[in-house]
Amino acid sequence: MNKTLLIIQREFLSRVRKKSFLIMTLLGPILFGGLMVAPALVASIPEGPKEILVVDQSYLLLRFDAKSDDKHKLEFLNPEEINREQAIERLQSDEKYDALFYIEVSESGDPDFWKRNGAIYGKEDVSLGLESYCTELLESAIFKEKLVSQDVDYAIVENAKTSVSLRTFNLSESLEQESATEIKIVVGYACGFFIYIFIFLYSAQIMRGVIEEKTSRIVEVLISSVRPFQLMVGKVFGIGTVGVLQFVIWVVLSIVIFQVASATLLDTQLSPEEIAAGMEASTQGMEIMDQISSLPLATILGGFLFFFIGGYLLYGALFAAVGAAVDTETDSQQFMAPLAIPLVLGLIVSSNVIENPHSDLAFWFSMIPFTSPIVMMVRIPFDVPGWELALSMALMILGFLATTGLAARIYRVGILMYGKKPSYKELWKWIRYNPS
Amino acid sequence: MNALLEAVNVNKSYDGHRALTDLNLAIPEGSIFGLLGPNGAGKTSFIRIINQITAPDSGQLLLNGKPMKSADIARIGYLPEERGLYKKMTVGEQALYLSKLKGLSGSEAKAKLKEWFERFEIESWWNKKIEELSKGMAQKVQFIVTVLHQPDLLIFDEPFTGFDPINTELIKSEIRRLNKEGATIIFSTHRMESVEEICDHIALINRSKKILEGPLKQVRNDFRTNTFKVAYVGDSDQVTSVIKENFELVDDHNWQDHREATVKLPENTKPNALLEALLPIAVIDHFEEVIPSVNDIFIRMVQKGNNNE
Repeated sequence: MNKTLLIIQREFLSRVRKKSFLIMTLLGPILFGGLMVAPALVASIPEGPKEILVVDQSYLLLRFDAKSDDKHKLEFLNPEEINREQAIERLQSDEKYDALFYIEVSESGDPDFWKRNGAIYGKEDVSLGLESYCTELLESAIFKEKLVSQDVDYAIVENAKTSVSLRTFNLSESLEQESATEIKIVVGYACGFFIYIFIFLYSAQIMRGVIEEKTSRIVEVLISSVRPFQLMVGKVFGIGTVGVLQFVIWVVLSIVIFQVASATLLDTQLSPEEIAAGMEASTQGMEIMDQISSLPLATILGGFLFFFIGGYLLYGALFAAVGAAVDTETDSQQFMAPLAIPLVLGLIVSSNVIENPHSDLAFWFSMIPFTSPIVMMVRIPFDVPGWELALSMALMILGFLATTGLAARIYRVGILMYGKKPSYKELWKWIRYNPS
Repeated sequence: MNALLEAVNVNKSYDGHRALTDLNLAIPEGSIFGLLGPNGAGKTSFIRIINQITAPDSGQLLLNGKPMKSADIARIGYLPEERGLYKKMTVGEQALYLSKLKGLSGSEAKAKLKEWFERFEIESWWNKKIEELSKGMAQKVQFIVTVLHQPDLLIFDEPFTGFDPINTELIKSEIRRLNKEGATIIFSTHRMESVEEICDHIALINRSKKILEGPLKQVRNDFRTNTFKVAYVGDSDQVTSVIKENFELVDDHNWQDHREATVKLPENTKPNALLEALLPIAVIDHFEEVIPSVNDIFIRMVQKGNNNE
C-alpha cells in the first residue's frame, strides 16, 4: 500500500478506536444542544421576586399607579410616617426586603427634579435588573407627569405609538418571494462558526500528534522509511478524515434526535389551544422552510464543504509545522498566536459582514485565504457573485499550496531538532534551507 | 572485498557548522563496520545522509557502485540513537505498521514478526501497549522492526544503550548472526569496548573529517609500537638495569607472584633481542606483544587531531 495511505490509515484508526472518540461523537450533539438550551433553562429557573420598599415622598409612583411585576414586588410605605434614615433602618433590620427605593419630594413640582433625586439602597450591590426596573418606573412616571403638566391625555399618546414591520424584497431573487435576511444570517453564521471551531479543534490535534511523535522519538524511525512530507500530509489528512466522520455522525445523530423528539411531542394529547398554537407555529415553520428553500442551497453546501476542507488543510499544515518546531505543547504558544489571530479575526469580521455582506471589508476578508473560510461562508447565503466565489476558491487553493510548502520546509527540519525552542529567525532559516 | 556502500567526497554543513568534510569511505560488503568518533564528530550526519533523511551539499553515495536512488531506502534498516515508539499503540500493531512502511506486505510482516517474537520469547507482548513495557523491552521490539525486512545494509546507532548485560549479549549475537546471513552492518558508537568485540572494519571520524579507516586488525597493527610485555621471576633490580641499558622501560610492577615489565624496543629490533638479554638472568613466565586497543588508538588520534588545531 502507498505509504501516505498507510499513515492516513494509522492516524485515522488510532483515533477512531479511542474511547474518547466514541464518547465525544455520541455526546457531541447532546453537549452542543445543551450549550444552546442551557442559557434559556437557566433564565427560566423560577426565582422569588425581589422585595422592594418604596418611600415615595412626592407620591409620584403612587399617582401613576406603578405596579409590581413577577420579578419585583413593591411595598409602599407611608411617606408621612417614615423618613429616609428610618427607612434604611427598616431595610437593614427586616430580612424580607432586598432594597429600598427612595424618591425625594420636589418642592417646585418640576418633573426634571426627580431625574437626579431618586435613590436605591441595597443590602448588597444592587443588581442591574433591579436598577433598570426602578429606573423604568421612575422614567415612565416622570414622562406621564410631564404629559399631565401639559394637559395631554396619556391614553392618546399610548394609542399613537405604532410598531412597524417592513417586507423586504431582493430584486435579484424574485418579486413574489420575500427575502429571508434573518435565515441567511443564521445559516451563514452557523456555517462560518462551525468551520472556525473545526479548524481549531482538529488543527490542535495535528499539532499534538506531531509533538508526540517528536518527544517519543519515533519520528527518527519513521523518516528513515517515509519522506517528512508524506508524514505531514498523512497526519493532516488522517486527522481530517476523523473530523469529517465525526461531523457526519453528529449531523445524522442530530437529525435522528430531532425527529424522535418531534415525533414523541406530536404523539401526546393536545388541548385545542395547544393545537391552535401549534397551527400558528407550523405556519411560521412553513414560512421559514419556504425562505430556506429560496436560499442558494447547492452553493451553500458546496461552498461549505470546500471551505471546510480547504480551511482545515491550510491551517492543518501550519499547525503541523508548529508542532515540529517545538518540543512541548507549552512552547507552542508563541507560534500559535500568529495562526489564531487571523482565525479569530475572521469571526470578528463576520459579525460586521452579516450587517453588510457586500461591503469592501466583506469582499477583502473573503478573498484572503486565512479568513475566507469563515467570512466567505457567512456571505454565500447572500448570493455572492460567481466570479468572487471562484476567485476566493482559487486563492484558497493557492494559499493551501503555499502554506503547505512553507510548513513542509519547517516540518522537515523541525522534527529532527531537539532541545531549544527556535526563534522566528531560525524558522526563517529553515524555510530558506535547501537540502538537495 | 567489494564495497557495498561508498561515500565519494561527501560534504555537509548546517548553518555555518561543518558536519562532514570531503568524506571518502568504503564499507565492504559483508563487513561489520565500526563508525567511530566523539560526540558531534559527524557520524549521525553521515548516517542521516545514507538514510536519505538529508542530502549532502556535494558529493554522492554509491550503493553497489551505482548512485543511490530513493527506492534503495527499502534495502536499509536503521536503528537511530534517538529512538522510540508510539506509547499508546500495541506492540503487534506497531510492529506491523512500521514493517509495512518499509514495504513488506501485511501477511509477510506477520509471518516474520511471529518468527522473531518466538526467537526472543516475547509472543506474550503482542497485545501490550508500549507504555506497559520497560525501556529494554521496547528496545527489543525496535530492534526486531529494524531488521525484519531483511535489508542488505543495517545501521545501528549506539544499539546497546538501554539494554542490560544479558540483552546486550543477545543483541550482539543477533548482529553477528545477521552478518553471517549476509547483511552488511554499520555500527556507530563512541564506546570502544564493543567495537573490538564485533567489528572487522573501522573508520574514525573527528571534527567532520575521516582520520582513519581500514580493517580492524590492520589498523591495530599499524599502531603497534614494538612494545612487549614480559612476566618473569628473578632479581628485579638486575633485570630492570639490563632492560634500561638496552631498551626503554615503559612500566614495571609486581603482578601476583611474579613481576611484569612493559618494554619498548627500538625500531627494527626483533623481540628475540629482549628475550636473549633476559633469559640468562630470569625465568620467563609470559611474553606478548602489546597491541594497542581501539580505545587507545581512538584517544591518541582524537587528541592528536585536537592538538593540531
